[in-house]
Amino acid sequence: MSQATIDADARPDPLGVGAEHPDYLRADSGLRSWLLTKDHKRIALMYYVSVVLFLGLGGIFALVLRTELLTPEQTFIDANTYNQMFTLHGVTMVWLFLIPSIPTIFGNFVLPIMLGAKDLAFPRINLASYYVFLLSAIILLGAMLAGGADTGWTFYVPYSTTSPTAVTWMGIGIFVNGISSIMTAVNFIVSTHTLRAKGLNWHRMPLFVWALYGTSIIILFATPVLGMSLILVALDHSFGLGLFDPRYGGDPVLYQHLFWFYSHPAVYIMVLPTFGVISEIVCSFSHNPPASYRAIAYSSLGIAFVGFFTWGHHMFVAGLSEFDAGVFGALSMFVAIFSAIKVFTWVATLRGGSISFATPMLYFLWFLFLFVFGGMTGVAVATQSLDVHWHDTYFVVAHFHFIMVGGTLTGFLAAAHYWFPKMFGRLYDERVGLLTSVAVFIGFVFTFLPQFLLGNAGMPRRYFTYPERYQWLNVLSTGGAWLLGVGLLLALLNLIVALKWGKRAGPNPWGSRSFEWITASPPSKHNFEETPDIARSAYEYSLSEEVAHERAKAR
Amino acid sequence: MNELLRTILFLPRQASTIADDIDKLHYFVIIATMGGALLVTLVGGFFLFRYRRTAVQKDPSRRVLGATHAIWLEAVVVVALFGMFISWWVIGFWQFMAIRVPPENALEIYVTGKQWMWKFAYPQGASTISTLYVPAGRPVKLILTSRDVIHSFYVPDFRLKQDALPGRLSTLWFEVKEPGRYDILCTEYCGVSHSTMWGEVIALPPEEYERWLQGEAPGPDVAGPVDLRPSAVLDYAPAEPVSMVRQGELAAAQHGCLRCHTLDGTPHLGPTWAGLYGTTIPLEGGGNTRVDEAYITESMMDPLARIHAGYQRIMPSYLGQIRPAETSAIIELMKSLRDVRPKPGAEAPWGTVDVPETREGRQ
Repeated sequence: MSQATIDADARPDPLGVGAEHPDYLRADSGLRSWLLTKDHKRIALMYYVSVVLFLGLGGIFALVLRTELLTPEQTFIDANTYNQMFTLHGVTMVWLFLIPSIPTIFGNFVLPIMLGAKDLAFPRINLASYYVFLLSAIILLGAMLAGGADTGWTFYVPYSTTSPTAVTWMGIGIFVNGISSIMTAVNFIVSTHTLRAKGLNWHRMPLFVWALYGTSIIILFATPVLGMSLILVALDHSFGLGLFDPRYGGDPVLYQHLFWFYSHPAVYIMVLPTFGVISEIVCSFSHNPPASYRAIAYSSLGIAFVGFFTWGHHMFVAGLSEFDAGVFGALSMFVAIFSAIKVFTWVATLRGGSISFATPMLYFLWFLFLFVFGGMTGVAVATQSLDVHWHDTYFVVAHFHFIMVGGTLTGFLAAAHYWFPKMFGRLYDERVGLLTSVAVFIGFVFTFLPQFLLGNAGMPRRYFTYPERYQWLNVLSTGGAWLLGVGLLLALLNLIVALKWGKRAGPNPWGSRSFEWITASPPSKHNFEETPDIARSAYEYSLSEEVAHERAKAR
Repeated sequence: MNELLRTILFLPRQASTIADDIDKLHYFVIIATMGGALLVTLVGGFFLFRYRRTAVQKDPSRRVLGATHAIWLEAVVVVALFGMFISWWVIGFWQFMAIRVPPENALEIYVTGKQWMWKFAYPQGASTISTLYVPAGRPVKLILTSRDVIHSFYVPDFRLKQDALPGRLSTLWFEVKEPGRYDILCTEYCGVSHSTMWGEVIALPPEEYERWLQGEAPGPDVAGPVDLRPSAVLDYAPAEPVSMVRQGELAAAQHGCLRCHTLDGTPHLGPTWAGLYGTTIPLEGGGNTRVDEAYITESMMDPLARIHAGYQRIMPSYLGQIRPAETSAIIELMKSLRDVRPKPGAEAPWGTVDVPETREGRQ
């Protein structure tokens, strides 16, 4: 495969070539070796623990909200608590789960391996980005304890500038969170440009790398805008700066432009990594290279580009001119085209494959339905006259949860199951995995399908109480939410149990042809014993193939 | 067909002239969306089954089918899909222009959003709170603004919505097909009572609308079903005499008082009316006052003059909005509640309710 190369570190390999290196989990011990680690895999695990914790927290907020909505009148929390809780649910889920989850956990873990590198380009910045992320979480959750914010995750001015709540701290928390995202994004971009192993040209990179690359570019261009906008809101709120607040001559619509200029591309920050995960899984389990590598790779960049020209479709009823509305409506359709290219390519990849059906594949099937339906309803809400009726109703809530939960969360779960053996060297119980996957899907559909109908019927979002005619759909939705919660919890338990009692996984339990499965499971501290030389395209690696080749030669 | 799809999709009545057309596009879009998602999933599921791994297939040297095949198929499907999206866009944009450009002869009514009520002002001089009277069968143009934060004026039955922004004017127009009542909801989150910022459109036959403008109460025949809140009965001539307390309840409901004040002692945005009359309350900025007819009337007309300590400065003035008879009816209602004890130990959303000392010893 390649020639042995001396480590970049001056000290010689302590174990000597040929001896088995201890894996990254055992390479060093002690709390210090974890908290101050510069190993991308350990940082990924630290992110893993934190992000799953925040997902649980956001999920609990969601369940409280849904339970409150079981009855039309107040059930068990008051209006003020409800408003603060949906704000915190949004903030936690968007900035502490959806945006960081896949890139910081699975991206961090797999990207350097996929590039054939020992680590990311800036290991110290990687560690710092984790702590900055943690700091932002502390500020955001602390702000909630210190009076909270009841503005919703959109922080629309002038409500946010007049609300007597901790809006300033929320703004600062999200600003800090953005710094962490940007650090990770820069690290990924630089690593992809500079650390590719010998022979790994751009068209041999795994599709997950392309997806992370596209994501990082969006983060780099969009996140500073959001950070600055929220700092300006905080200044308006604290000092009456007067940029957005009409009482001081500001323009509240200007804020919406700036906010959505970030937050619409942010949707692609959340789903693009999922596309990467899905591409890897489809190729691995169908034992096929992608039907069209370039279609998937370039459509990631296409989405990253077009995503910046669609923000206006959030503002059709906010006083946008008819011309602007027309332009934004049309541009929004292009994103769906790029996504459709991906979807068709995945399905085409299955064709003629040799598909082993496992938990990640079942998540892929759910993803297919939820994402396509969510995406198509996205085109529906970009259709101007229909959006006038749907805007700010539960239809929109259902639509973005189909993308965010149906797309990103199922993608996250698929990734968690797919790379589990690589990360921990164990196998989880496949039957429980399939069962929890079914529970998650059914729970999801019951939660969010009724919300489309609620939106059609006219129920606005962020409603603490509602007219009685909307009740039974809300009851369905709440029941679904609890089932979804139970399903997620069981999936988590299944993986935790497997950490200790799972069967040992070989280096390549799925028989995948992707490059990262060539390393040991779990990988050693520096990923590779020898610097790899990559001479094939992304999905033509197969350990069994190598072995077979060796054996054939020996005979 | 229209009725069937409308019922399946839970769409409300098609009360405005543009609602039917918008719903037709809605059906097209939703059927295509649902069909597309199902089709892709079924094809995916079929492939998972059809090409499942078998012992024979485990030969690792197998290669994929020609990828160019897929690319041609994809190109065709993508172009077709794009064509469909563009057709949605063309129809949707055309309808959007129709929604946004009012006819020349439209009646103009001014709308102001305010936490948490809608105020309507007619060029002829009338003004109402939360109830918008319009003639059926004639185009009406609303000129919207807001006094505080962003609100959004939404009538599901009309398929129409428009944000009301502070410091800006935006417009909305519609033509109601039939006389009747239609709900108004606020869809832009605007604070703690966002979900109760309700109102109603009452579409009158044109001649009755003219009579209403001249100050006559509209006839009872316009009453259609509305399940949101008690109807504004005071505007109609009651068949039997109604007690003053009951009139007070109706007036309080109609003018939106009960969105902030409660009658049973439950803490809310404003002081509860239960046990309030006749007590002495602390005022913001120091001092006390006795809650009597004078203070209540002053609070309705100039609410910010003397505010009950511990409550936000959020009450709007009802000067010119509320008729003298309604003022007295509301005071009578409060008098009737003087012996209702507030729930003990409860907290208002904005802080603890100050229970005045003078209330001690009273049951």
